[in-house]
Order: sequence, then structure tokens, then C-alpha cells
Amino acid sequence: MTDPTDALVGQLGAGVVEQTRFRDERTLVVDKAHLEPALDAAFGLGFTVLTDLTAVDRHPGVPRFEVVYLLTSLVPPARLRLKVRVADGETVPSATGRWPGANWLEREVYDLFGIRFDGHPDLTRILMPDDWEGYPLRKDFALVEEPVQFIGHTPKVPSQIIPKSKQP
Amino acid sequence: MSELTRETLVLNMGPQHPATHGVLRVLLELEGEAIVGAEPVIGYLHTGFEKEMETRTYHQNIVFPPRIEYLATFIEEQAYVLAVEKLLGISAPPRATMIRLILAELSRIASHLVYLGTGAMDLNVSSLLMYCFRDREEILDIFEMVSGQRMMHGYFRIGGLQWDVPTGFTERVRTFLKTFPSRLDEFETLLTDNLIWRERTEGVAVLSAEEALRYGCTGPLLRGSGVSYDVRKAFPYGGYDEFTFDVPVGVAGDAFDRYRVRMEEMRQSLRIVGQALDRLPEGPVLIDDRKVALPPRGELVRSMEAVIHQFKLVSEGIHPPAGEVYAAVESPRGEKGYYIVSDGSNRPWRVRVRSPSFNNLQALPVMLAHGSVADVVVAIASIDIVLGDVDR
Repeated sequence: MTDPTDALVGQLGAGVVEQTRFRDERTLVVDKAHLEPALDAAFGLGFTVLTDLTAVDRHPGVPRFEVVYLLTSLVPPARLRLKVRVADGETVPSATGRWPGANWLEREVYDLFGIRFDGHPDLTRILMPDDWEGYPLRKDFALVEEPVQFIGHTPKVPSQIIPKSKQP
Repeated sequence: MSELTRETLVLNMGPQHPATHGVLRVLLELEGEAIVGAEPVIGYLHTGFEKEMETRTYHQNIVFPPRIEYLATFIEEQAYVLAVEKLLGISAPPRATMIRLILAELSRIASHLVYLGTGAMDLNVSSLLMYCFRDREEILDIFEMVSGQRMMHGYFRIGGLQWDVPTGFTERVRTFLKTFPSRLDEFETLLTDNLIWRERTEGVAVLSAEEALRYGCTGPLLRGSGVSYDVRKAFPYGGYDEFTFDVPVGVAGDAFDRYRVRMEEMRQSLRIVGQALDRLPEGPVLIDDRKVALPPRGELVRSMEAVIHQFKLVSEGIHPPAGEVYAAVESPRGEKGYYIVSDGSNRPWRVRVRSPSFNNLQALPVMLAHGSVADVVVAIASIDIVLGDVDR
């Protein structure tokens, strides 16, 4: 049986910017103009369920954000990860037309990353308070202690007792 | 009837309401008793777990999953450690995998018992809550015996388990397996043939299979609508492909079918646990990879190398390769997934918790359409939401 992901890559042609396979999971990065055709084509190939929609901040990488669509095919069981890369301030077409379930997922991405979706019916904050400033899951949104009234105490990022390290 | 009397009333149900199972607010637009519109308002329990997990090492992060979803704690831990193990390309020893599976299935029963007890209490069957919690206590006692904690265990480790199960564990679980089926029968005689229960749940909060799929619903909510999708069968993990069990599905997609699906799932869980106990292998419960798992205590006094490994693991943690994985498990509420992006450092670059309750709750307005205000509690109870899981 042919892999539906291969069929999708064939259909999209130059729209696929990058494809990776890691631990048997396929990831396709498509350019923004090809996002909607890609989602349509994936739907046609049986990936009919939008399991998850989220984003990753690649700061200081450029373009800054990746919006990640995790699609699932029920019969036969298969998964596909589609990604689109956008810069800060750029918008992404909304998937709410095809999947009403994308509504809250896109609101969450907007709430926590500040990525706007074109054509979303009600793009407002969902988890954070309405008057919150900033987008908490951005890498430059510092996680700090609440100020306390002790003398000589500088607020620090909590729980970073173990410093970040790379494998040599 | 004049136009004036047809105006609608907006009612705030929650955030503090006993039938919302946490802090959920539902904005209801009512015309008399009939629901014209409904909108769930969430976020009251948002604690920023995803952000927190970016600041800690992989091993430290084990404390978060059971706090995100506090009813089926072992399933949450299983989801997270499986994701990290996939990222590392390792798997736990067979005995650890099997113990995880037994504890996960017991967690599923414990969680469904809370659904049953509170869901029935919302419809004023208050005695059932006591019975359900009596049996849930027995499961929690087993958990305490194994991990030292009734909830928030932190017992699973990347690459295995903290320690082996104590003596008497299998006997205790077997005793539970013997007593519980008759208790389930008791619950069913109380509810399944109960006229009031059936009148209040049959044909109420109906969700069609198409709508459920469009909203990304999973778990008993989707299976109650007749779609046989179970992560344990579709994308087997943690040894489930070695067991025989059925995936119960409903027909009508109403609250009653979801109840039936969950009752049958508990019986299937017992079946899985019974099989797993029969073939529980002997052997280690933690992987023998010193770059991932802590060396045993006894080695530290004899081997300098073990001390170095211990020190490196505690002071730096593990370094998975750069990449991204998604690992999903079947939680009592549906597909629970962890999407972890690693940049090769000792902390995850991004952890995304795909929570089933979030997607399931989104379909609430569809279920409530053309319903009456008394059905709201039935609908919320039948989704079996955990607000910690919705808001994360």
C-alpha cells in the first residue's frame, strides 16, 4: 500500500518546502500560499480529523513562528504533520471553514503566541484574561517571580536552577 | 403572542456551579426553558503548564502531567514518558511496560467511577456517588501501595519505573478484579433500567458522528456517536497490541450511549488487567542506560563511574537529539497527546499538551442546540470534562 503522505507530496509539488522523517513521523513544511490546498489535499487523502493545531516559537530563528497542524486518518490509521512558517505579524488562513473544531485551537494560538488567523469568526483571547498584555508562550516573554517586598531580592526565572546545556 | 414577550434571557451558569465539575462558565441564551445559544467560557484554571515545562529538564517535568489531568493520573504520566522515550528512541523494559499498563487501566476505571458518581449525582442519584468512591478508594489504595501517593504519583520514569511494585501487589489487584464486576452489575441495576435515568439521558445532548469528527472529539464522546476510534487500537502503544479487548461503541450519540460506552470500557479494562497480570514478566523495571536512567543506589558506593553518571543526570539531565515527536494515549476522556520539540538541549523547546477535554467541550453548543436548560448539566456530565485538562 502506498503511503498517503507520499501521494500528498506528489500532489503539492513545489509547495512542499521541506520534509522530514524523525522516529517514523512524517512532517511536511508547506509555504503559506500552499497551506489551504495542502489541507484540502490531505483531507481528500483521508486525513479528515484535525487532531491538533498549535504553534512553535523559533525565536531568534527566522521566520519566527511555525503553525503546526496534526491531521489524523482513521481508516487506515495514519498521522500527518503539516507546518507553515510565518513571521511575526503575518497572518495565517483560518481552518475553521473545514473544521469548526479549529475555532478554539486557533484562538489559543492567538492568545499564547499572537499569531492572527484570517477569516476566524471570533479571534479573541481564550485562556488568558481579556486585558492581558503580551503573548505568554513567546520565547521573549519572561517567566519571572512575582515581586516581593524583601530587601536585596532580585526576581529571577524560577526553576532554572539547572542551567540549559547542550550535549558536547 | 406579542413581540415583547419573545425576548431572550442571558444566564451565566458558573464559574462556581456544582454541576460544572470545576470552574467552567457557560453563557446560556434562553427563551423560557429552551436554549437558543450556549457558549462555554474557559480559562479560569489556566496555569501555564506548557510554559513551565519549557523551563525544566525532562525528568523534572514528570511532576506536571498528573496535575494537568488529576483523575487519571497514571495515564497522564504514561503519555508524557512515552513521548520522551520516543524522542530518545528507547523503550522501557517489558516488566515496566506491563506494570504501567496495569496501572493505566486501573486509572481509567478510577476516572470513569468519578464520571459515574458525579454524573449520577447531577441527576440527583446521590447514593451512587458513595458506592463509586468506595470502589475508587480501593484503586487509590493500590496506587498508594505502589507509589506512596494516592494521586500525583511521579512513579513513572523515563525508561521505566521508579521502583518495582511491592509484594502483594498482584494479589491485591486480583482481589479487586474479583469483587469489582459484581459492583458494576449493581451500578447498572441502579441506572440502566432506571426509568428516570433513561428519561433524562436518552436522546439528550445528541452529537452526530460527523459533528464529533469535525470538532475533533475523541474518547467515549466520539465512540458514543458510533465511531470506533480508540488510540489503543489505531496507534497501539505501551504493549496494547498484545491484548484482546473490545472497543464498545454507541449508536445514538446521546448521553445514555456515552454512559453505556463507559460502563463497558470499565469491563474491558478489567479484562486487560487480568491478561496483563497473567503474563507479568520478571526482570528489571528501569532501562540500563546510564545516560537516561539513574544508576541503582548500591552501585554508587562501589563505582566512580556510577557517581559521575548520577551527578550528570541530576545536575544537567538528559539530552535528547533535536527533533519533534507526538505520542498519544487513550485517556478516559479521549486522545491525550504530548507534542515535544527538542533542540538538543536538556530542556524541551516546546511541549504541547493535546487535551481531549478542550476539543470535547468545544462541541457543547452543538449538543445543547434545541435542548432545554435542564439538559445542560446532563450534557456537561456526559462529556466528563476535567477543567484542569481544558485550561492546562
